Amino acid sequence: MLFPASFWFGVMLILPLIVITIFSFGERAPNGGYIPSFTFDQYLNLPARFVAFKNTLTLAPIGTITALIIGYPLAYYLVFKVADNKKNLLLILIIIPFWTSILIRTYAWIFILGSKGIPNLLEYVGIENLRLINTSFAVLVGIVYSYLPLMVLPIYVSLEKLDKRLLEASSDLGASNFKNFINIIIPLSIPGIATGCMLVFILLMGEFLIPAFLGGGKVFFVGNALVDLFLQSRNWPYGSAVACSLVIIMLIIVSIYMKFINSKNNREEVSII
Amino acid sequence: MRLYAYLIYFFLYFPIAIIVFFSFNSGKHASDFQGFSLKWYPKLFDNPFLIDAFNTSLMVALISAILASTFGTMAAIGLNNLKGKLRVFYDSLVYISVMIPGIVIGIATLIALVTLFKFLNPLLANIWPTSFGKPPLLNLGYVSLIGAHTLFTMSLSILIVRSRLNGMDRNLIEASNDLYGTPVKTFLKITLPQLFPAILSAFLLSFTFSFDDFIIAFFVAGSETTLPVYVFSSIRRGVTPEINAIATLILTFTILLLLASHLLMKYKNYSNKGSKK
Repeated sequence: MLFPASFWFGVMLILPLIVITIFSFGERAPNGGYIPSFTFDQYLNLPARFVAFKNTLTLAPIGTITALIIGYPLAYYLVFKVADNKKNLLLILIIIPFWTSILIRTYAWIFILGSKGIPNLLEYVGIENLRLINTSFAVLVGIVYSYLPLMVLPIYVSLEKLDKRLLEASSDLGASNFKNFINIIIPLSIPGIATGCMLVFILLMGEFLIPAFLGGGKVFFVGNALVDLFLQSRNWPYGSAVACSLVIIMLIIVSIYMKFINSKNNREEVSII
Repeated sequence: MRLYAYLIYFFLYFPIAIIVFFSFNSGKHASDFQGFSLKWYPKLFDNPFLIDAFNTSLMVALISAILASTFGTMAAIGLNNLKGKLRVFYDSLVYISVMIPGIVIGIATLIALVTLFKFLNPLLANIWPTSFGKPPLLNLGYVSLIGAHTLFTMSLSILIVRSRLNGMDRNLIEASNDLYGTPVKTFLKITLPQLFPAILSAFLLSFTFSFDDFIIAFFVAGSETTLPVYVFSSIRRGVTPEINAIATLILTFTILLLLASHLLMKYKNYSNKGSKK
């Protein structure tokens, strides 16, 4: 039963990961190829792409937290304030954008934030020469827009599972709605928050399209550096070192994060999916 | 609170609505609406590059969804009986392939396959019998696209089918065994029908993922062009109403697919509930 999957993992996952690791210790041939050797030159050269790492490591957490702040109230609203017969429809309306082409949804924002979009409308009220596209703000809008559904869904699931009798009991004992929210709802939705943040953060670390469209070469991520290194300048060994570093940084952050979350929350193991 | 929710739904759907709206623009410039027209749609079908890209995407998505849901289901069932270190090993492979950014998978697959082909092609040329004609030249294209898409979607399918497998009623399998059902018969009559909704949704999600994927295809497509790669390079050349029309068609296609899968799952759930009564 496991044979086809094992074959696939071997050829398409393990082999490529081994090859990319080997390449990252290699040297670049003059015409853009690869010369086998064992050197740390590529890794020592990483500071040359410092800006890409800095942008990724600032905008990925900021984007994750913004999505959480915007998404949490929506999940709360869907669970506690919407009639059961409408819930399903409203939930599907959140899922649909997530499964439709991220390429097209990001492209729409070029329109909206571009000079003929919002800045054009703002000129009527007297704000002129406002530049939105190709800024960090534009990239952040794109991030929140694309990954909001992924944040809302796990939080929705954990709030939906919450035993509503706890809230009634607490209210009967004189707790205010605000106290209920702080002491019961938030702590019990931590698994959902943790899963949502993790999913969004992981995807953001490898993001390419949003900065490519909305950052316009001014705000770029490691993903954009990788495309440049592999498809334009064809520096495979250096690109491999950048890719390996990205994965290593990601694994370190995720494992620290998991440890932190699991120590706060020993009722339920937080899983990635 | 309600107003807030409406605002978010507006935020989610406004950009999509803008694209659909401007795809009916009669003017040449994408952002000046000059009048209603359907003229961009027929033009799409005269563009051979676009049709070609669509066909490639459709074929790659179909084949990788079939492979992913079949192999994923097999692996989920196989993993269910597996314990100990080997189980931990497979589980981590599944999580790694879902977790590693698509861009890294794309790059790693690109350099691994190029290196592998560099080594295999001369070998193949040497052992290829001359009576068969010219030896095949292994290159990036359909095979690498399907291979890389199937890796991710197979892991996704394993996770989906496994969660269904865990929630399944084991008594039925035991009852079938007690009544002298052969393992094959038990599998076909009991396990498979219960897993079917999960397998179907794994298939549909795999198809949608593969059809929409840009970043992996960007690296491993070789000389082939998939629809998202085509759209990406057109956007790079400039925003035109033609792109809006393509985008509208793609959106319609994926939304119909998602609704179909949702209705199918809902129908299945009802019939399951009905049979329990």
